[in-house]
Formats: sequence, structure tokens, C-alpha cells
Amino acid sequence: MVSFQPRRRRSGNEADRVRDYILETEGLTKEFRGFVAVSDVSLRIRRGSIHGLIGPNGAGKTTCFNLLTKFMQPTRGVIRYDGRDITRMPPARVARLGLVRSFQISAVFPHLTVLENVRIALQRERGGSYDFWRSDAVLRRYDERAMALLGDVGLTTYAQAPAGTLPYGRKRALEIATTLALEPVLMLLDEPTAGMTHEDVDRIVELVRRVAQGRTVLMVEHNLKVVEGLCDAITVLTRGRVLAEGPYAEVSRNPEVIAAYLGSDPSVSGGSQGGVAAHA
Amino acid sequence: MASATTAPPGTPALPPVAAQSFLGFTRAQAIALLLMIAALIVCPFFLYPQFLMKLLCFALFACAFNLLIGYVGLLSFGHAAYFGMGSYVAAHAAKVWGLTPELAILLGGASGAVLGLAFGWIAIRRQGIYFAMITLALAQMVYFFCLQAPFTHGEDGIQAIPRGHLLGLIDLRADMSLYWFIAGLFLAGFLLIHRIIHSPFGQVLTAIRENEPRATSLGYRTDDYKLVAFVLSAGIAGIAGGAKSIVVGIATLTDVHWTMSGEVVLMSLLGGLGTLFGPVLGAATIVSMQTYLAPFGAWVTVIQGCIFVLCVLAFRAGIVGEIGRMLRVRL
Ligand SMILES: Nc1ncnc2c1ncn2[C@@H]1O[C@H](COP(=O)(O)OP(=O)(O)O)[C@@H](O)[C@H]1O
Ligand SMILES: [Mg+2]
Repeated sequence: MVSFQPRRRRSGNEADRVRDYILETEGLTKEFRGFVAVSDVSLRIRRGSIHGLIGPNGAGKTTCFNLLTKFMQPTRGVIRYDGRDITRMPPARVARLGLVRSFQISAVFPHLTVLENVRIALQRERGGSYDFWRSDAVLRRYDERAMALLGDVGLTTYAQAPAGTLPYGRKRALEIATTLALEPVLMLLDEPTAGMTHEDVDRIVELVRRVAQGRTVLMVEHNLKVVEGLCDAITVLTRGRVLAEGPYAEVSRNPEVIAAYLGSDPSVSGGSQGGVAAHA
Repeated sequence: MASATTAPPGTPALPPVAAQSFLGFTRAQAIALLLMIAALIVCPFFLYPQFLMKLLCFALFACAFNLLIGYVGLLSFGHAAYFGMGSYVAAHAAKVWGLTPELAILLGGASGAVLGLAFGWIAIRRQGIYFAMITLALAQMVYFFCLQAPFTHGEDGIQAIPRGHLLGLIDLRADMSLYWFIAGLFLAGFLLIHRIIHSPFGQVLTAIRENEPRATSLGYRTDDYKLVAFVLSAGIAGIAGGAKSIVVGIATLTDVHWTMSGEVVLMSLLGGLGTLFGPVLGAATIVSMQTYLAPFGAWVTVIQGCIFVLCVLAFRAGIVGEIGRMLRVRL
């Protein structure tokens, strides 16, 4: 395993570590009826970085996301976020602490308008919205900020359209705007550019770069060009295990990584073999 | 494209949403609402008030049920429990404790809500068909409780429930007096449900129905929202049941029987799930059939069954849903 930083011992300066790393896992494992989807994964995500999680299909990347955001309970292991053990927390609570995910399959509220989609997230700052007796006109005070967020992702003209009618690339942009509305500390993006046209990819890359200012991003991405351009560090996952971790340039030279990519499903997009080999 | 950030403060950044005209009613809904209110005022002069009042109680019951299935996506197959409990409690309160009718009905609503809280808490974590099965099983328990409990008088039910005096002042023995009270109660319940749907809470409910994992990922404890919706629905069903027992003068096992749960499903389905007016029209159709086709005896059930099949096969959206689709409006 390639480590781009010598591992500090657990007994080391705790405060330093928390300051450096927003998210840490130790021995994270998830078994599905005997099948080990994620196996003994220890991740460390540096605060303020864009961290890539790559690996062939079925490697366990989405499962990792499900574990980190508590959509699934790990079989074993510990997750620490911002110095706090979140291993047993319910997912909504984790989200409220600023660890917010997007989904591999675009997740919008199709019958709500684009504006309402973002507003649902902004509405979170009211705390619980259990006030069923009040008119939803009170939510209009979020309209301006929602429009600003839509402007940021280039969706101003679509504000009143039902989200379900948006083209695919725009849905992903809306999802990012909705996630951003929560002002997340750590943003988890699961294949934000999958299935997109070239221009859409460029737009999303630009967007991720911009929104990563002042926060941490962990993203699953198949397109290695995107990974190379965006990520400060990457973790390679195969068959549920961490194969390598470090800066892209370093990891892509790792023979094991090259072998894993060459020996894997060639459908992995973005010219994976070429991508890794070319920068070897 | 001027974005909201460039707009000077104070100017609305958005064009007013065309669909939203008056208190969250779309234009079509506002027209339908006025028509409904007109019908509430005119109908008692042409039809039996007793029949109309019964109809309104079931309409409110169906609206309460539709709040869950249509707007949260939860199929409760045991809503008779809340309706029936409301019916028994209101009947007992009015007859034995001598409470005024509005208090008796309110107490019926409260008992529906409390029961809803307990049952909802158990059922809400289940998904899909399991949720329906658990609500049905729990409702069956309520049925057997009502069969055995002394205060419900078993097979006889609670009979000769006094209509009493509204607020202790207005004598409701005249049909028309009671009618105005029930019509007002129905309208209040109907508007309350509309408000629930168009509240900040309702927005979150819609989001949960549309994509629950996404709502969770935005930090909403979705089970809590569903539970609150469940309690509201059960409470309104309890009010409908309480009103029904005051109107008809008896509370019986029919009110808590599983066929009552089935009937409310049929009413909502026939009228149109997830439409504001559908359950009202659905209830009106079913209650009318039961009243005016009564001479055909058992055939009513057969006809109801046929309508059910027809709805499922041909008119998925229900009467109001299909009308809305034809006119391209939301009703
Ligand atoms: N809920 C589940 N139940 C059983 N197996 C699952 C479940 N979720 C994922 N898996 C399995 O775990 C493995 C990893 O899946 P996933 O995390 O989606 O991979 P990736 O996102 O890297 O493509 C796959 O073999 C998949 O079939
Ligand atoms: Mg995946």
C-alpha cells in the first residue's frame, strides 16, 4: 500500500490529527450475508482537500459512501468525523453535522420545481419543519438564496420547471446546488459526471472546483482525467480493499494499481488503462 | 440572465408562481372549492340532510386517509380503527358523560390521534406491503377489543346517542341545525388538510414521498415526519368517526370492522388518490350508492366490487384525477 504520509500512531497528538483530517475510518467493514463488500478500509480525508475514491465497478465505493453517511451500518470498524465518533449515529443526524452526500443515481424531487428542490434544503435551517398549521408562503423568504444557488450552477432559467423534466446533466447540477444549500463541511459526490456529455463534464468539474473552496470533497469518479485534474489525493479500492492511497501522480505509477485496472472491466470509462498508464 | 444575486434587495427575484393564486389553491382548485361550498349550502334543500351529513362524515374520513396515501405514500389498511374508536369514544362521551357534541367529537378525534401515535410508532418503520399488513393487524386488535370491552356494548353497540346542544347553547335536534354544524366541521377539516399539504411540513412530506433517501441525506428524520402525518390523519379520521356517531345516533362494530378500512380505500381510489377533491367525490359516490341502491341488497357489494376493478384497470387516476388530466389542471 502506498501511503503519501507516514501514518501517525493513534496515541499521537489527537488535536493535530483532528485538525488535519476531517474524516477518518479504521477497519471499516461491511458484509452482506457473508459477502464482504467493504473490507478493513482505513481512510483519511485531509481537511480542505478534494479526495478521489476510484476503483472498478463493484469495488465497494458506493457501499463506502453508504457507510460513511450512515445509510448502512458497518459490520465492523469506526468512523470519526471532525473528531467525533459517528459510527452509531442515524443518517439524518450525520447530515445535520455537515457531512452531506449525493447519490450515484441522480436524486432530485421530480414533482417539485427546481426552486423548491433547493428550498427543501435551505428549509433545514428552520430546524424541524413540523409546523403543519402555517402556510408554506413562509418559505418564500428562501427564494432569493435558492435563486442565487441556482445561478451558481446555471439553472436560473429552469427555476419553475418540475425537476423531473430536466435533462440528465442539469439534474446533477441541481443535486449539487441542493447539497450546497446545506453548506456542507464535507461533501460526498458519487460519480457526479457519470453518463454526461463532454460539455456537461467540464461544467461539473468547474463547479466542483469552485464549491470545494472552503470545504472538503470526497468524490467517486471513473473519469481519470477528471480525477487527475481535480483531486489532491486518491484512494484506490478493489474488491472492497484499499489498494493504494496518495497523490494521483504517485498512485498511478503503482504497478498494482495499473494491474488492477488492466485486469478489470474495460467498461470503466474515461480511458482508464490509458489514463493510468499514460501518467505512469 | 439576471440572477437573484444581482436583483436589488426588496424586489421579488421571482415571477409569482402562476399556479399559486389564493392561499395555496390553484385557480382550478379555488373554483372547485367555491362549487363545493355552494353545493354544501344548496344540497340540504333538495336532499335528505341525514343522508348528506353521513356523506360528509365519510368524505372527511376519506380525506384523512388520502392525506396518508396520496401525500405521504403510506397505505394504511386499518383506518377503521381510528374512525371506529372516534365513533365509540364520542358516543360514550355524549351519552354517558353528557358532553356537548363538539367536545364529544373532539374527544373522538383525540382518541383517534392517540391510537394513531401508538400504531404509527409501531408501523412506520416498515415499508410498502408490510406497513399495510401491520396497520391491518393492529386494526383487527382494536376490533376485538371493541367486541369485548364493556363500554362498547358488544354486538349492540352504543345506541340512542343524544345530539345535545352545540356549545351547550344551540339545540341540534332539528336536522338542519345539525347539518350546518356538520357541514362547518367538514369544511374546517377539509381546509385543515389542505393547509397541512401546503405548509412547510407538507413540503417536507412531499419530498419524502418523492425521494426518501434524499430527504434523509438532507438531514430530515423522515420517520418522524411520517409519524406526525399518521397521527394527523388518524386524528381527523377520529373526528369523522365521532361526527358520524352523533349524526347517525349509533356507534357499532361496523365502524371498526376491516370492511370499513376497505371502503375508505375504495372511496379515495374512486375519487382520485392524491387529489384534494377526489376523496370527497369518491365518498359521495359510494355513500349515495349504498343509500339509493339499498333495495338491491347484496348487489350493492357486487356493484362496488365491479367499480373497484374498473378503477384499477381503466381509471387509475380516479374520477377527479381523470377530470384534472382532461382539463390539464390540478384539482
Ligand atoms: N444492499 C446490498 N446487498 C447486497 N450486496 C450489495 C448491496 N450493496 C452493494 N452490494 C454489493 O457490494 C459490492 C460493491 O458494490 P458498490 O459499493 O455499489 O460498488 P461500486 O460503487 O464501487 O461500483 C457489489 O458486489 C454489490 O453487488
Ligand atoms: Mg457505485
